[in-house]
Formats: sequence, C-alpha cells, structure tokens
Amino acid sequence: MEYGDAVTVLRRMPLFSSLDPGQLKLLAFTCDYLSFEDGEALFHAGDPADSAYVIDEGEAVIRADTDNGEVTVGTLGKHEMFGELAIFRNASRIATIRARGQLKVLRIAGDIFLKLVTQNPDAALGVMRALSDKIARAQDSFEAMEAELRRLQAAAGGVADGADK
Amino acid sequence: MAPGAGDVEPSIFKYILRYSLRQQITLLIMTGVSFPFLYYSLDLPKRIINQAIGGQDFPQMVFGMPFEQVPFLMLLCTVFLALVLINGGFKYWINVYKGQVGERMLRRLRYQLFARVLRFPLPQFRKMSQGEIIAMITTEVEPLGGFIGDAFAQPAYRGGTLITILAFMFVQDWILGLAAIALYPVQMYLIPKLQKRVNDLAKQRVRTVRKLSERIGESVSSIHEIHAHDTSELERADFAHRVGAIFEIRFRIYKLKFFIKFLNNFIAMVTPFFFFSVGGYLVIEGDLTFGALVAVLAAYKDLSAPWKELLMYYQQMEDARIKYDLLTEQFEPADMLDEALQQPEPGPVPPLDGTVVAVNVTLEEEAGIKVIDGASFSFAADSRVAIVGPSGSGHEGVAKVLARLLRPTSGTLRIGEHNLAALSEAAAGRRIAYAGPTAALFSGSIADNLLYGLKHRPVAEAERDAEAARGRERFVSEAEAAGNTTADLEADWIDYEAAGVSGPEALDERVQEVLSITDLEADVYDFGLQGAIDPAAFPELAAGILEARSVLRGRLADPALADLVEPFDRARYNSNMSVAENLLFGTPIGDAFDLEHLGENPYVLSVLGKAGLAEDFLTTGLKVATITVEMFQGLPPEHEFFDRYSFISADELPDYQHCVRRYEAGGLDALEETDRATLTSLPFKLIPARHRLGVIDEPMQERLLAARRLFAEELPESLKGSVAFFDDTQYNAAAAVQDNILFGKIVYGRQTGLREVGRLIGDVVRELDLRRTIVAAGLATQVGVGGSRLSVAQRQKVVLARCVLKRPDILIVDQATAAMDPVTHNKIMENLFEECRGRGLVWVLGAAEQARRFDRAVVMEGGKVVEQGPVGELDQPGSLLRRLAAE
Repeated sequence: MEYGDAVTVLRRMPLFSSLDPGQLKLLAFTCDYLSFEDGEALFHAGDPADSAYVIDEGEAVIRADTDNGEVTVGTLGKHEMFGELAIFRNASRIATIRARGQLKVLRIAGDIFLKLVTQNPDAALGVMRALSDKIARAQDSFEAMEAELRRLQAAAGGVADGADK
Repeated sequence: MAPGAGDVEPSIFKYILRYSLRQQITLLIMTGVSFPFLYYSLDLPKRIINQAIGGQDFPQMVFGMPFEQVPFLMLLCTVFLALVLINGGFKYWINVYKGQVGERMLRRLRYQLFARVLRFPLPQFRKMSQGEIIAMITTEVEPLGGFIGDAFAQPAYRGGTLITILAFMFVQDWILGLAAIALYPVQMYLIPKLQKRVNDLAKQRVRTVRKLSERIGESVSSIHEIHAHDTSELERADFAHRVGAIFEIRFRIYKLKFFIKFLNNFIAMVTPFFFFSVGGYLVIEGDLTFGALVAVLAAYKDLSAPWKELLMYYQQMEDARIKYDLLTEQFEPADMLDEALQQPEPGPVPPLDGTVVAVNVTLEEEAGIKVIDGASFSFAADSRVAIVGPSGSGHEGVAKVLARLLRPTSGTLRIGEHNLAALSEAAAGRRIAYAGPTAALFSGSIADNLLYGLKHRPVAEAERDAEAARGRERFVSEAEAAGNTTADLEADWIDYEAAGVSGPEALDERVQEVLSITDLEADVYDFGLQGAIDPAAFPELAAGILEARSVLRGRLADPALADLVEPFDRARYNSNMSVAENLLFGTPIGDAFDLEHLGENPYVLSVLGKAGLAEDFLTTGLKVATITVEMFQGLPPEHEFFDRYSFISADELPDYQHCVRRYEAGGLDALEETDRATLTSLPFKLIPARHRLGVIDEPMQERLLAARRLFAEELPESLKGSVAFFDDTQYNAAAAVQDNILFGKIVYGRQTGLREVGRLIGDVVRELDLRRTIVAAGLATQVGVGGSRLSVAQRQKVVLARCVLKRPDILIVDQATAAMDPVTHNKIMENLFEECRGRGLVWVLGAAEQARRFDRAVVMEGGKVVEQGPVGELDQPGSLLRRLAAE
C-alpha cells in the first residue's frame, strides 16, 4: 500500500480523525506496511505492546490461551483496527493475533502517535472522545451481558427451585 | 647486558663517560689531529701575502725544488685549497660521528628509562601520571642526545681552536694576544651568575611542562566528564593558566638569555677597539708588520666564533645538566622490582604447586594506610578458593599480592617451596595469571590481545630475504651499540608449549576452545559476520562464503521464504534499497561515492543526464519535498522526528518550502540553479519499499537500470577503485561477510524478516562448516585504542581468555566479570571450574553467596583474615561468610 492510500485508511479511523492533515500524513508515513503468511502471529499474548494495527487486506483471528490450548475468540476484517489500547496503557498483549490466509496490515508505532497527539490539544480531545465512545460501547455490551447473565441465573435458579419442591 | 641495560648514572657527565668513553676519546683524538691543519690554514694567508705576493728573493726552495714567484704563489694557493678541503673533511667526519654517538646515547637513555618504568612498583603510578612519563621519555630526553655528542668534543674543539688562534696571536705579538683576551675574565665572572638564574627558571619550566602534559592526558581520558558536566570552559581556563605560567617562565628565560648574548656581543666588539688603536700605533711605529696586523685581525674574527660557541656550549651544558638531573630523579623510585627478576629465565620455569602460605602479610600504602593488615592464610595451590569481604576489606589487595603485582610491605608469601617475592617475573608471569576488574587491551586485533600472554621471548626466528636480513643485522649491531635488547619483534614469540599445543594450527583450535570457555565465541562470530575480510588473506573463507551465497539463494527459492530477501540482480531494479544504491549497484570504497552525498558527485550527475534522468530526479525531488514539507512544517525544528524520518533536516526545511512555493507559482522554469541541485539530491535517499511514496514509477525504474549500466560502463579509470560492484560470482571485499552471504536486501514489510534471515544464514554457515573460519576472521577485528571498540564485558572476556590460554598453575580472577550479566558470569564461572580442574583458581567475589560454589574461602574484614577454611565449615550460622552471603 502506498503512502497516499495509508493516509486514506487512517483518516477513516475515529481515533485519528481529529489529527491535522499534516500530522495524519506524517503518521501514515511512519507506519510500517507488513505482510503475514497464514497462521503467522502478529504478536503473542504477554508480548510487550507498543503499536496498533489496521488491516488492509485479509483477515486476522484473535486467539486466547485456555487450558485446552489456543482457541479463536474473534475475527477481525478489512480496515478494522486493533491493539490501540496498548498505546495508552503500558501493558502487555492480552491475546494472540494470527493471520488467517494472507494478511496485510499497517502497523502504527505507539510512541509516534502519542508524540503527535500531545502536541495538539484539539487532537488530544478528539482521541479522548473516541476512547470514551469505545468505553461507552464496552459498558453497554457489558451491561447487556450482565443482564443476560442475571436472566440465565434466574432461569437456572427457577429450575433448581422447582427441583427442590 | 640487554634487557635492563644498566644503571642510570647520577650526573650526565658520569653517564656519558660510562657509556661512551671510547667514542668520546675517538672524538677527542680526531679533534686533536685536526688542529695542525687548522693552524696551517691560519698561517698560510700570511705567508701568501708576505712571501708569495710581497716577497723578493726568488726562486724559493721548497723540498729542494726551486720555485719562481708566480708558481710559488700558485703552490701556496693550492695548499690553501687542500687545507680547506681537509678541514672541511674533518668537520664532516666529526659531526657525523658526534651525531651517531648522541643518537645512540639518546636511544640508550630512552630504553633505560622505559625499562625502568617496567620495573616501577605499581603504587608509583599513582604519583606519576602517564602524561608525565610520556613527556619525559619522548620530549625531555630529546635535547640530551644533541648535547651528548658535543659534551667533550665541542669544548675540546672550540677550546682547541681558541688556543690555536691565541697561540698564533701570541706568536705574532704577545701584547695583541693579551689585548684579545683582556675582557675574558669579565665574561667568565658575569655569565655564570646570570646563567644560574636561567637554570632555576629552566627547572621551573620543565616541571610546569610536565604538569601540563599530565593535565592534557587527564582531560583526554576524562573527556566524558567534561562533556557531561559542561566544564569545557573550566578546562580551557585551567589550560590557559598553565600555558600562561609557561609563557612567563620562558619569557624571563628569553630576556636573560638575550641579555647574556648582548653582553657577549658588546665585549666582543670592544676588543677590535684595542686592535685598531694599539695595533695601528705599533704598525706606524714600525714594531709590527702590516701583514701581521691584518693576520691578527683576521684571526680575531676567527677567535670570536669559537669563543661564542664556547659560551653557547656552556649554556647548553647547564641546560642538559638540569634536564638530566630532573629526569633521572623521577626514575629512581624506592622499591623498584629487582632487575634480575626480569632477566630472561635461566631454564625451564618450575611449576608452582604445593601449598600457598601467607604469613603475616601486610600491605601498606602511602601515609601508612594498611590495605592488608597481618593476613595469614593457606590453601592448596590446586584448589578453588573464593576470597570474599565487604568493600575495603583488603580482598582485592590479597589478589594483587598473590599475583605478585604488589609486593607486601612485610610478611612472606610462599607457594610450595617458592618465595613469591623472590620469584622471577618469568616464573610468576607464566605460572600465575591475573584478570583484574579494569580490562586493559592493547590496540591491535582480538587475536593479538589473546596471544599477548604467550609472548614472553622470541621462540623461532623470522624468515627473511637477503635484504631484510641485512636490515636485521644492522638493527642488531645498532641495538647492541645502544645497549638495547636485540630480541626480534618479527620473530614468532608465541610459547606454544605454554598453551599446551604443538604449533600454530593446534593453537587456532585451542583459541576457539578458549573463546567458548569465556563465552566470547558468539561475539567474535558476530564481529566476523559484520566485518569485511581480505579474500587474499582468507581465500578459503571467501570461497566458502560464495558457496554459502548460492546455498542461501537455493533456500530462499522456497515460496514460504522467497519474500524475505530481494537479491541483487544487475538486470532488475531493487525496491528494497535506496535509489543511490540502485544506481551504484556496488559497495562504495572510500569517500568518492559516499552514499549520503551521491547526489553531489559530478560523475553521477553526468550519468543521470545521459540516461535522461535529470528531469525525473528534479520532479521526483519536488514531489518528495512537497510531501515532506507538508508533513513536517507543523513540527518545532528541534523535534526528534526530523532525525528519525525526514529526508530534510529542520534547518533546510525553509529552503525546500521556498522551492515548492516557487514551483507552485511558476512551474519548473521558476526554479533557480541551486534549487534544482538541492531538489535533485533528494530522491537518492528514497527506498521505495520502505518509504512507499509511490514516486518512482516503472518507466523511471527502467531508466535507472539504464543509468546503472551507463555508470559501470563509462566509469573513468580514476574512479574504478572507488566502487566494488555487486557481482554474483565474485567475493566483494568492500562489503561485510554477512552482506556477501546474503547478496541482497532484507525485504521491508516482514515483521520477523531480520530474525528469519539471521537464522537462515546461521543454518547455512553451520551446514557448510564456516563458523570457525568466520570466527577466525572475527579474531582479526581491531579492538581500537585500549580496546575502546569493544564493550566493557567483551574486554573482560578477552582478558579472561588471555589468562586461560596460557594455562596458568593458578588463575586469579579479581572481579573480572563485573561488567557481565549474571547469566554470563555464572556460565563463565562454571566453564572455568571445568577448565581449571587440577589447577588453582582464586576468585575475588563481588557477591559472597557465590563462595558456596568453591572448595575454600578466605573471608576478610578490615584488612585482616577473619575466617578461612573449607566453605562447608565456614558456612555456619553466625559466621561472617553467612552474614556477607545474606547481604
């Protein structure tokens, strides 16, 4: 992918939408464009996290370590971004990401993004907004899941009560 | 006599007489022989004037032959010419001989001083700095050489000349003779008085200059501190004060010296006054012939020269005397190593075995501080011993005393039947090895540094052709004449037996083993891979690398690996290397085609023109400039991104902004010549696969390939040596070994590309059995001054390897792994346990808990041995060892 296309892709990401055009171009210029073979890992759970990824072509799978080995817990597709939270919190990766088929991604170096954002208060505000949206969405789905869990527990409890009688 | 080469006498004249008495006598004799000729050459002009030109009774009889006036004049003139030649010949011979004597003596003195430095007790180096020693042996000694040649001959010659001339004058007329020397007593009284003040100043000058050298040495070795603390102004001020002080001293010396000169000149000019007045009167009265007065005046003119020289000699002598005294007093430290201990060994060096016994060993520093205070301990020489203690407890001191680097102030240290203090350096230096915390390397290759510990004496003569052999003969005879060692530096010095091997090949094997023991193998392998080799020096390796190249090429044909490397192919554009590299298609040699400045090279620009690329580079440069300006203009100029990502530095950015604006306003025609040049240089740095700017399209790539061909075809003869082209069938001597194997560029865009390729190369190297050869090539890596190109840990490994290689009876490791990580430290310790099995290993430990891995421990505190014995017994609750280990 050429640099012009990378700019277009990045511009679509809510997280970067508040950057100046010049900054966005700089970010796109400093990205690495990487390709991965089928099954190749982009990173493993526990690796130090320092960059975010945007899929350009192909698919990636999110794999979690369980007692029964690695299992797929999700799929990521074209123009989906992942790993970006790692830029903000100094932590290690919580899951492994692998290519499914041929995969091409843009890798965005976290330190460069942070340096750009910290120079531009408007951009920083935009990033906060994008992150709050993400948290709000996560909150919503968490509440929905909790409601679902409560409902299931209630149903299970009802069955048990009935069994006691 | 050679190694130490005798004593340095207390005064310079004693020194000269002791080492060059014969030569000085020769000089005196030759000087004496030259006088009659000198006398006749003075007498002859008078005879020519009085007898040949002004004479009457001819023919004159010479050796029984009659001579008329003109032939007689011609005869005398011929004799005069002959005398001039003879006098000149004497002067030439004497000067050359003097020069030779002086230089030999200078060589001897320098050699003796350096030999003394090698015998200094170590604490002396705390008082005397490196800078001082260097200044003394190099510059301070220098003028002494000149003086030594002159020491006797000069006063004899000048004095003799003076007396000859005086004698001549007295023979002519004793009154005139007296008049000529009437003022000598005044000079002889005044000048020494003035000279004494010069001498005092000269002493001061020498000392101040020494301090200056010391200070410069210190500034250079502490340059980090100066930068880190921004103290350059302080350093400059300090320097200015020192050179200021030297200036003042020298200025005062000048004033005094020139005053002395003035005085001498004045007195010299007063004398002719007497000649004209007294001599003139005598001629008028008829008591003196006119010819005699002319001759006396001519003689006086000759007289003033030797007298001046004599006075100058006196000043030089005083100067040399002072320099010599100031010099030698510095080279007489108390407690110097006995010279006999450094002499070549009398025979085989006995092994050190039995028991190491220290009785009441005390080591005192200046001011009576006791580093070791009556330490007594013993252990079997072939055991593993840990020496532990808190810092300042004296454990480092014990290690140095055991290594015979420091001599105890009192007490005795024995190993078996040998008293360590009386052990020759030949024995101690071969049977004991010491690796200390400061890893000192010599500039040279890693191999030179490893083998350093095996080079005690030459063991096999060097092979030489006839001419080199003559050179060697001359060296030996001169070295003997100057009391230097005649040991041949080019001979094979390696003591193979000490390394336990039969010869050079077996030694190579052993070196590889030792590299593994000291965990240095991987480092040296990397040096070998990253370094360039001379294919003529390593023909097998070069051939092997070419083979590895083709094997790797085959391996990369595997579709799964194919996109890791983009190989060099003259017929294809390589998008993983820069435009500059694509054009050059080779490795630059020297600066002519330096990749950073390729866009400024006239030949490259002419090739671009011929290939029709000038326009391409200009427009591409414009595009790159436009993008770069847009991306970077919002950033402050000091921003790190400029260094990391920009093609354009922050201070150039405004220029490019101008270019872009001018272009936008008026198209390409609006650009000035300088704009075009700066823009044209931009695309050279582009690596299409990495920068992905999409500015180099396929047609341009084709044109670049054509330019690549043109570049090679039309390369002028003068530039042929400036580039080594990539050639699939040739080893590229200018490129690193690794690049030669790879023969391509690692592709951008594979996260694990670098690691994968490294692994592949490692595999191929292993399969083709090239690793050892690459390690051997790595051993030729230059370590830099003091080993500065190696990391501290690597230096420590080299020092340990050097010790292991000589298979000492006792290896002393004094915190010599301090710069290494714990894993490496443990690995090396384990390896050394294995290596030193059956021999002694004494380890001064930084971390006391590691003592548990040793047989015995010596636990120190406050310079005293508090506990010693088998570690198992010492490691009890309440013991100092237990307490230190818990810390």
